[in-house]
Amino acid sequence: MTIAASQQPGTRFVSPALVGVATLLVALLIMELLIQLNFISRFIVPPPSEIVASFGRVIVEEHVFSRFLLTLGECLMAGVMLTMFGIAGGVLMHRVKLLQQACETWVAAMAAAPLVLAYPLFMVIFGRNAWTIIMMGFFAALPPVILKTVEGMASTRKVLVNVGRSFNLTPAQQFWKIMFPAALPTIFVGVRLGLIFALINIVGVEFLINYGGLGQLINDLAERYDLAGTYAAICFVILVSVLFFMALEKTERWLRPID
Amino acid sequence: MATTDRLTRTAAPEPLVSPVTLLRIAIILAVLAIWEFLAHSGLLYRDVVPSLLAIGKALFDLLSHGDYYFNLGVTAAEIGTALLIGGVSGIAVGILLGANRFLSKAFEGYLYYLGPTPKIIFFPIMIMWFGVGPGSKIALGTLSCFFPVALSVAAGMRQIDKVLIRVGKSFRASTWQMITKIYLPAMRHPIINGIRLGLGVALIGTLLAETKLSNKGIGFLIINAYSTFDMPRMYAMLIVLFVLAIGANALVGRFGGLEGIKRT
Repeated sequence: MTIAASQQPGTRFVSPALVGVATLLVALLIMELLIQLNFISRFIVPPPSEIVASFGRVIVEEHVFSRFLLTLGECLMAGVMLTMFGIAGGVLMHRVKLLQQACETWVAAMAAAPLVLAYPLFMVIFGRNAWTIIMMGFFAALPPVILKTVEGMASTRKVLVNVGRSFNLTPAQQFWKIMFPAALPTIFVGVRLGLIFALINIVGVEFLINYGGLGQLINDLAERYDLAGTYAAICFVILVSVLFFMALEKTERWLRPID
Repeated sequence: MATTDRLTRTAAPEPLVSPVTLLRIAIILAVLAIWEFLAHSGLLYRDVVPSLLAIGKALFDLLSHGDYYFNLGVTAAEIGTALLIGGVSGIAVGILLGANRFLSKAFEGYLYYLGPTPKIIFFPIMIMWFGVGPGSKIALGTLSCFFPVALSVAAGMRQIDKVLIRVGKSFRASTWQMITKIYLPAMRHPIINGIRLGLGVALIGTLLAETKLSNKGIGFLIINAYSTFDMPRMYAMLIVLFVLAIGANALVGRFGGLEGIKRT
């Protein structure tokens, strides 16, 4: 029995998920009371009831749906680019071993570098437009796709490669019929990580340069000192992010059902 | 009696420079040559791609100026404080969640899904709560750092060898003794790994907050260079920053002995 398996007595019949939701609701209720009783200034933290009430206003007046589509479009564009260039880069590195030996540590170092801080540089190069946001998302998300593609190609089972050889497959057939399908689940892990990084960077840069979709919405509302609206917009972005991650996870599970 | 000479195989002489090093040098030289060509070609807007000489000069000016070190110190202090608060609270929450399956099922999902959301969007709230000074930057860094540390520690806690825990219990160790003598030493790698991830995101969070609203720190210097269109200085600062960030990441990894762990 691991330590995680130890269960507290009396908690056997209570659903943990229910406790999680109940705790959240109680915390919000306490916050509401503290604000209504003026223990916390409503000019710093708006009451949760006010935030909930402002959801409808923010969605309708601030055109949340079109902003969401804009951010999603930027994310998809960055996603298509990083899938194309990331997988191509990974395959190239796997096939040219010398290139892999020379560059793999650089790509790993690039993953550790705070590339998003170069956004002023991207603004100078691409201008204050959607391309800055897309390219920022693309570059920040590229390393995991390359590294996972190399890993996926390298971990293709030897027996599958030998089966291909026994059928006298050409190198192109060997790649498309054996290597690529076998590496696809691992490659998708990289694409999933890449898309998460892309979304984080895209929303972040939208907020910082005050341009685009959901990130700009938060900045706009904060600059107007619409506190309840700002909190509601932040909740909306969190909700979108969580749904995005869940969808990616489901897709990954569908691709690798055995794990 | 006939004798035969011992057969010897002459080893091929080792190349002076390995092919990998040669390729690396070739790539670096090619990139620098393309850069210099672009700088002088006029294909891009003037100063967007400054010459290497201009960047080198800006780098020298930057590193020989005391003002840069003051701002570096401000940013380092903010990141260090954020890492300390976020790291300690992350470890505490991670231990709690890792030790109790019920709490883990109730709350870990929230951490798991909130972890990868873009933290910079919380900056307006942090300004409201902690003001426009270093407090809001530290708070954003703390928030960024907390999630990877807590999740890594919770996962590490569940992987502790049960024998170690039984040994601790058989010695009737108190909760504090269990934490300091069993859990923390056994979770060294997950903690260091979490702190390494936390350091990366705390650095990004703090510096991005500085670029948004600040009057000191490296983030402020970067956005200031952008505002005055001092491109060589901006490139110089980004180069130094990337080197420092990659170096700090490698240092934490080496400190925790992560190089010795087989990557999965």
